[in-house]
Amino acid sequence: MARMTMIEAIRNAHDLAMDRDRQVVVFGEDVGYFGGVFRCTAGLQKKYGSNRCFDAPISENGIVGAAVGMCAYGLKPVVEIQFADYMYPAYDQIVSEAARMRHRSAGQFTCPMVIRMPTGGGIFGGQTHSQSPEALFTHVAGLKVVVPSNPRDAKGLLLASIEDPDPVIFLEPKRLYNGPFDGHHDRPVVSWKNHELGDVSEDYFTVPLGKAKIRREGSALTVLAYGTMVYVAQAAAEEAGVDAEIIDLRTLLPLDLETIEASVKKTGRCVVIHEATKTSGFGAELSAAVQESCFYHLEAPIVRVTGWDTPYPHAQEWTYFPGPERIKRAFAQVLEG
Amino acid sequence: MTAPRPLSLHVPEPGCRPGDTPDFSDFEIPRAGAVRRPAIDEAPEDMRDMAFSVVRVLNKAGEAVGPWAGLLDAEALRTGLRHMLTLRQFDERMLKAQRQGKTSFYMQHLGEEAVSCAFRMALQDGDMHFPTYRQAGLLIAGGYPMTDMMNQIYSNAADPLKGRQLPVMYSARDHGFFTISGNLGTQFIQAVGWAMASAISNDTKIAAGWIGDGSTSESDFHAAMVFASSYKAPVILNIVNNQWAISTFQGMARGGAVTFAARGHGFGIPSIRVDGNDYLAVHAVASWAAERARSGLGPTLIEHVTYRAGGHSTSDDPSAYRSKEEFSAWPLGEPIDRLKRHLITIGEWSEERHTQALAEITDEVRACQKKAEANGTLISGPKPSPRLMFDDVYAEMPPHLQRQRQEAGF
Ligand SMILES: Cc1ncc(C[n+]2csc(CCOP(=O)(O)OP(=O)(O)O)c2C)c(N)n1
Ligand SMILES: [Mg+2]
Repeated sequence: MARMTMIEAIRNAHDLAMDRDRQVVVFGEDVGYFGGVFRCTAGLQKKYGSNRCFDAPISENGIVGAAVGMCAYGLKPVVEIQFADYMYPAYDQIVSEAARMRHRSAGQFTCPMVIRMPTGGGIFGGQTHSQSPEALFTHVAGLKVVVPSNPRDAKGLLLASIEDPDPVIFLEPKRLYNGPFDGHHDRPVVSWKNHELGDVSEDYFTVPLGKAKIRREGSALTVLAYGTMVYVAQAAAEEAGVDAEIIDLRTLLPLDLETIEASVKKTGRCVVIHEATKTSGFGAELSAAVQESCFYHLEAPIVRVTGWDTPYPHAQEWTYFPGPERIKRAFAQVLEG
Repeated sequence: MTAPRPLSLHVPEPGCRPGDTPDFSDFEIPRAGAVRRPAIDEAPEDMRDMAFSVVRVLNKAGEAVGPWAGLLDAEALRTGLRHMLTLRQFDERMLKAQRQGKTSFYMQHLGEEAVSCAFRMALQDGDMHFPTYRQAGLLIAGGYPMTDMMNQIYSNAADPLKGRQLPVMYSARDHGFFTISGNLGTQFIQAVGWAMASAISNDTKIAAGWIGDGSTSESDFHAAMVFASSYKAPVILNIVNNQWAISTFQGMARGGAVTFAARGHGFGIPSIRVDGNDYLAVHAVASWAAERARSGLGPTLIEHVTYRAGGHSTSDDPSAYRSKEEFSAWPLGEPIDRLKRHLITIGEWSEERHTQALAEITDEVRACQKKAEANGTLISGPKPSPRLMFDDVYAEMPPHLQRQRQEAGF
């Protein structure tokens, strides 16, 4: 066991994957010599050579397009998009190409690639360093979508994603890179070094895709959350004294409906939380899924707490961010219903 | 037939990383004044040489020499020096403000001041720039109020962009300055579109697109080139080659091409390289390209060769990936020193006047900062209302946003 930040855990996962499988190659903007602007790939070029870990030109469609070609050859590229906000030039290669490669070639060509990208706000990054575009990926047939919320999961899920035979979009909540964040931006930052989920085995292990984790057991209501919002929901539950059951989805697609269903059937109430904008967000999918499978167990309408339907602002960041106060109000609302 | 040898991947690397001795000996720099000045209507294929040389006006002795000299009088040169000094002072104050926590982020121009300051003086009011985050000289030389720039940087109650944008992502339509995007490269093709619109409307205005060396890898760069070429758009396409794109050296984006300017050749676009640390050369080349565009001769690609002397941004520490000695070894020197020296050489400036000017500029920037801080900073004082976040998403606010704004308490 070692104490790791999420950055260190991601770096360690790359290291183990590259060590184990010669087909794994890692590239992206500033990823090689420098080791990435968040340092998630630091040391890999030195250890594995620039044949397997290298810088890319600033071309996101180039990065993903080249990765598709490498997959066609038989490699397993793990690529970094510097911020999720910069993935749009790559979207055609992701949606029209990587996602459908297996299907359109009847399995002749596949895309066992991982596309990593930092997501989410809370760092005063303004509209181009804060977005959470998960719904733009979950809407696409052929992609898997993963969002870790702590160092241990980040490592295990990344290794499982690299093993996976299909393209995986690996979204890293950047506000969690160095420590958990409960939405109280005016309080001192907490480090993973003092958190039990910062205890990460140095050995190779995977956390299976498609399996959610109950972070807090409870009976009054079910919270469906992922990434940063897991901690914000926990803080809200503690502060409001609500016996919430908090489910960290970990993988958005495939979704662990079994865990969700069991919990909502037990509590009869459900709050869905994400940082992304509301309309057509992943919360809409979650609400629909819960409604379809648990309608007769629901005692109140499902409530969504999300970012507003505006671009992510700079100065008004904490009005945009769905913090503990808004979640507490949602708790009260579903408990009343 | 011999057995094929196993292949290996070529990954370009700079010759100099931390700990290495900088070596620019393979950078061929012509003497100032040595590069010819083609007629503006010379055929693109006849001026390909311009993409492989460097237009320079100021020589080591501080004289302005050659066919590109003689455009600016002493008064204009003093104004240029003032603009560059102001930009540098502005950068210093704002870097300090960021370190003091008064804002979240800042990006400076150290070493690159001549590019945007000189270029702006070659264009006219009414023309439109599509800049990156490293051309604030366009605003300063264009007379945009520094206090408003600072209001934007502080995201305060007087921020013209209402607190929405990251610091330095200015927008100033009335000053010919298009709203800056955080997404690299997008503005390059937009500049071409604006220029096409000017042509469609039988107007006389021209556009200038801006992009960094690293960002030329984005598809938008190539889209801009083909549109500009096919429609002969009245646009100047500027590549600012400051040698670095965060930690990645310019060779990664340039690839096998000898220069960035040579990218224009495949599109039949006249392409010129200029000494970006030479105020007079940048101004002369920009004027030449502007005249071409305004005469209906179409686009020009300009590669401004310069050096990013500072960190990429306040989030960056360049000592992790490049040698600290690189800037002092950079053969094109430093733009402010070079223009100052020229003015002194021609008897139009002195150390005393320089010291005096610097003191005045420092006072002016400080006064602007004081005024801006009276409107608040990111951490204290008046702020833009959070209500403003919901405005301008659409021309008219749809019902769902009205409901959300209400729910947010505004
Ligand atoms: C589409 C996109 N990809 C990546 C980034 C992240 N990024 C911001 S600046 C930068 C380097 C740009 O270098 P260059 O174009 O040379 O401009 P310079 O910063 O040197 O002025 C990168 C990779 C971004 N902002 N947008
Ligand atoms: Mg650059």
